[in-house]
Amino acid sequence: MFAYIVRRLALMLVTLIGISIIIFVLLRVVPGNIVDILFDAAGFVDPTDKANLEKELGLNLPIYQQYLNWIGGLLHGDLGYSYVSEKPALQEILPRIPITARLAALALLFSASIGIPLGVLSAVHQGSKLDYTLRVVSLSGLSLPSFWLGLLILMASVSLFGTMPIYNPNPKTWTEAFAIYAVPAMAVGFRSAALTMRITRSSMLEILRQDYIRTARAKGASETSVNYRHALKNAILPVITVIGIEAAFLIGGLIVTETVFNIPGVARFLVEALRWRDYPIVQNLVMLIAVVVVVANFTVDMLYAAIDPRIRYGD
Amino acid sequence: MSEARKDDTILDVKNLQTVFFTNSGLFRAVDDVSFNVRRGETLAIVGESGCGKSVTALSVMRLVPDPPGRVVGGTVTLEGTDLLSLDEAEMRKIRGNRMSMIFQEPMTSLNPVMRIGDQITEVLRLHQEMTSREAWAKAVEMLRLVRIPEPDRRAQEYPHQLSGGMRQRAMIAMALACRPALLIADEPTTALDVTIQAQILALIVDLQKTLGTGLILITHDLGVVAQTAQRVIVMYAGKKVEEAAVEDLFENPKHPYTRGLMASMPAVISFGAKTDARLNEIPGMVPSLTNLPPGCAFAPRCSLAIDRCRAEYPPLQEVDGDHFAACWRAAELVGAP
Repeated sequence: MFAYIVRRLALMLVTLIGISIIIFVLLRVVPGNIVDILFDAAGFVDPTDKANLEKELGLNLPIYQQYLNWIGGLLHGDLGYSYVSEKPALQEILPRIPITARLAALALLFSASIGIPLGVLSAVHQGSKLDYTLRVVSLSGLSLPSFWLGLLILMASVSLFGTMPIYNPNPKTWTEAFAIYAVPAMAVGFRSAALTMRITRSSMLEILRQDYIRTARAKGASETSVNYRHALKNAILPVITVIGIEAAFLIGGLIVTETVFNIPGVARFLVEALRWRDYPIVQNLVMLIAVVVVVANFTVDMLYAAIDPRIRYGD
Repeated sequence: MSEARKDDTILDVKNLQTVFFTNSGLFRAVDDVSFNVRRGETLAIVGESGCGKSVTALSVMRLVPDPPGRVVGGTVTLEGTDLLSLDEAEMRKIRGNRMSMIFQEPMTSLNPVMRIGDQITEVLRLHQEMTSREAWAKAVEMLRLVRIPEPDRRAQEYPHQLSGGMRQRAMIAMALACRPALLIADEPTTALDVTIQAQILALIVDLQKTLGTGLILITHDLGVVAQTAQRVIVMYAGKKVEEAAVEDLFENPKHPYTRGLMASMPAVISFGAKTDARLNEIPGMVPSLTNLPPGCAFAPRCSLAIDRCRAEYPPLQEVDGDHFAACWRAAELVGAP
């Protein structure tokens, strides 16, 4: 087990190096850098000014040199300076992380706490009106883009309360905090909840047919115990996999949701930085997302072994 | 039936009818089946796959999956309680407690993510007032009773760490933990290696004797029946076609189907016997339960069938003392096949 974890960590490192190269190269393959964009806006190009600026930002160096500079900086905790604000990238990124992390955690919590029980309910009452209703609702959850759902929520809030939640870094009341975080989290988590529900349902249907479920009933166990204690623990593995993958997809959903709800989180910041070809911000943020995804995957694999005793990672 | 026998009866099943509603129509998986089991007695239910043996057992446990199945008629009385009139909560107090069941597949009948000890503890805590510590000690004791070596360690293990035979022993430990009056074993040895089969069977019979449990043994193996049972019922296409004490049945089977089953038992080839002797078989297939012939369901496969067999279903009649058969020609069949 220990050897497995060490090997797994080494593999994660290799993955991250690979990702860093891809991010770096892709960013520079996209036509135009910040200097082009700035000078295009000015409508007048003095080649010497342009060359000076490129030299100042280090964009004139060969690409491998630029890459090594970036990675070298990363290892020292130096993420470079934002081209746009000219502040250290770390200072720009760090305060935004808790906002997005809060949103993402709430969205995942929402999707698990809604999706799993409803999935169980749907499977246990397979073919009933409840099951059909839940399946239609979950299908709509998969089909509704989160930005549209976000807009609907905002419109509903305006027409019902005459106002809408506006982001405030220091919410005064509990309800304000709820409106600021929980509402966007639900908007983005609705899709995950729907997906979680569907996976839970199909996984439960599979497990409920197993012989050991009949054994549990033959022991005199109650339906609640049969469904949750015996069936759900066996059915949960695919659900965890999906939630792990969703954790990564969530970033995509958050980009639009943060924009719609006007929340200054990491996801929206990434899109803004991309527009300006603000390389230090973009490459470090994407790297951060990559780390989150890789760690989420690792956590899922570890959870597998913790839940199912048949899964042991040896040698 | 003598009075003494009636007093001893722990399970009395009368005119049990279980039907399944499927896309291809309604079929009677168990049709008008009656039997009883006395304290400490072993009743074997014999028949081919799909004859309704397992559904009979599940009906008694009230575990027939609904939909598609439902018990539509008859009575099931366990120790004086009419099980079919109980509500689900009352029935749960009986399952695993007064009556329990062992299944055919030990590999899949235990929950793979629960420790063996926890699975036995669960049944104890459901039915008896016990602390978790007491229940665990009892679970280990049960594992020792079913002769699992190192029960303390095994209780800590998960099903996949045990062999098939061990798992079936654990199932038996679980089924007997609350000292039920009735144990139903549905082909308990079919999925096991031949060498293990005999051990498990011996264990069940041994524990049944020690604990005085009534046993219903469902099997298609007449060899198993001969070794363990006192009474036998033979089922065909959802109906009981013959019932007798085990010696009577083997010496003097009265239903052509029973005779066919016995003739198709592979005999151990002894020295001097013809080694190329072919195994007998019953010609034809079990009829589809959705499309049964009007008369005797076995008539299409029966070499003795007459016109009456194809027209009218033969009632179950006492052909000898305590020996019942449902065949128009039962009286003509004498001696072993």
